[in-house]
Amino acid sequence: MDDLRKRAKELLETSAVKVVIGYEDGSGGKTRTLFAEKPEDAARLIFDSRCVMNLAAYVTKREIKEKGRMAIAATLPVMRSIIQLASEFQVSNDNLLVLGITPESKLLEFTDLSEVEKFVHQYQIEIEARNKEMLEKLEKMTPAGRWKFWTDELSPCIKCYACRAACPMCYCSRCTVDFNQPQWIPVPSHQLGNLEWHFMRAVHLTGRCIDCNACFNACPLAIPLNLLTKKMIEDVKANFGGYQPTLTGEHLMSTYKPDDKENFIQ
Amino acid sequence: MNIDKHIIRKDSLEKLFDILRQNSKTIYAPVSRNSKVIFRKTDNFAEIAAGCIQTDISSKEIAFPRTERLLDYSRSADGISVKGFDSGDIPEIVLWGVRPCDTVGIGELSAIFNWDYKDGIYNNRLSKVTVLGFSCSKADEYCFCTSVGGNPGNTAGSDILFTRLGDNGDFLAEVLTEKGIAVFALATGFFEKAGEIKKEEFLAEVPVRFNLEVLSNNLEKFFESGQWVDLSLKCLGCGVCAYVCPACACFDIQDEAHGRKGSRFRCWDSCAFSLFTLHTSGHNPRDVQSQRWRQRIMHKFSYMPDRLSVYGCTGCGRCSRACPADMNILESLISIQEANV
Repeated sequence: MDDLRKRAKELLETSAVKVVIGYEDGSGGKTRTLFAEKPEDAARLIFDSRCVMNLAAYVTKREIKEKGRMAIAATLPVMRSIIQLASEFQVSNDNLLVLGITPESKLLEFTDLSEVEKFVHQYQIEIEARNKEMLEKLEKMTPAGRWKFWTDELSPCIKCYACRAACPMCYCSRCTVDFNQPQWIPVPSHQLGNLEWHFMRAVHLTGRCIDCNACFNACPLAIPLNLLTKKMIEDVKANFGGYQPTLTGEHLMSTYKPDDKENFIQ
Repeated sequence: MNIDKHIIRKDSLEKLFDILRQNSKTIYAPVSRNSKVIFRKTDNFAEIAAGCIQTDISSKEIAFPRTERLLDYSRSADGISVKGFDSGDIPEIVLWGVRPCDTVGIGELSAIFNWDYKDGIYNNRLSKVTVLGFSCSKADEYCFCTSVGGNPGNTAGSDILFTRLGDNGDFLAEVLTEKGIAVFALATGFFEKAGEIKKEEFLAEVPVRFNLEVLSNNLEKFFESGQWVDLSLKCLGCGVCAYVCPACACFDIQDEAHGRKGSRFRCWDSCAFSLFTLHTSGHNPRDVQSQRWRQRIMHKFSYMPDRLSVYGCTGCGRCSRACPADMNILESLISIQEANV
């Protein structure tokens, strides 16, 4: 990824951006986020198959935004997240430059987000075969079987909210679960509290989740909570047509249309 | 009391497990779940994930559950009735396969839960736990127990500490407390008197990574340092580090009302959350993540030793292993220790 390092260095040298968000080597063979602020920092940037964390989670963080205009090394899931965030007015051309990394690890530079959108729309969001199989298996279960599956899987959840923190779409300054007057979601990590938390999160992400698996990767207990959002993606696809983040802000689940089917009410 | 040293043969360990079960003991041990290892109630010796460096979540839940129901109340025409915590409901538990960095953590938690107010529920739970520690024969780059006064064969906090004596699979059993003797007494036949054993030869090598005294001295002058921002910029602000930690004791009190009935819970909380210090006025004294990361380190390495004479870190390395952003506490500690303050 010499191209990336070179471009990042230029951008910092010319002050075109104040910070380049990318990956660097971390501990234990892992990678971590690098915030390159000086031209010489760019030499630490890396990109390889270990770089799966969704860096878009950082572009809405106050401490990062306050640095000034950002550039971000963005894989396809990161680019999708950015388009969704832009459609929700969280980032714009003014504060973000996308250094795209294609699925073939080629560097692309976009002059603005509409080009990112065009690039992103060349690829469909496809759920991995293994998880698709799991969803089908769940679909075939009896309601009691499914209930057991989810209560078992969610029982070890300690409510550390790593899933929320790692998710670019969970940028609310105050999450529903943080309210206690009135309390919407039970805070204790007992059965009901855990179920309500994960179901609420999945519903809030419906039509917005771009299936990057950041929530699952962040979970210290490897709970397959991403199956919930994947199921929502399948349902939205089946009931409301295509599934792509768009800059126009036509949000699949929060835009009212008189011709919506509303079959679920009948 | 004098440490009583015995040998227990590889095959007898399972028999000891069965005897404990036959004596109606509830056993919690490291068990694999999905790709992780957690402490779980188990009746099956074969299920125990032996040989793992560390469980992904600490054993603190045994005495300090993530959610503790403190009381139930109900309202009626006759007034309000409150049913408090019933310590009679707490089972006798044997904690099997705990690493020394977790057993030390019990002491650190106990210091907090007995600081001024003696926490009856915590103490009650702990009084019913027998700790069977297992020394470490393996370590990884995240381990730093020796930097915080511990070691891979530390007996502190265990009732019996087992140390695997090389490849033949026999264990040295150090019977350390009255509770340890009670377990020993159930299965005397499986223990043989140990001769001279150099335990150290069978322990993992964990190099000392920083000087604790220099670190503590530096921290006193480091509070206003700009370095906290650099050290914490990638922190996402979740609670993983606190929740996997054997020594983090912060909690929140939550009430749940259902009509005329309700319950009060004590739930784990984390200083990494922005909500943790948010005032009703809207003011937040720890407004940004760097202040929260500073609090985490100051609390463990400055405030706790000052007030409780114990550190709030056992060097288990879990927080760094589990962090989704690869925040590494050891790196922060080393850089603070090396800073010119």
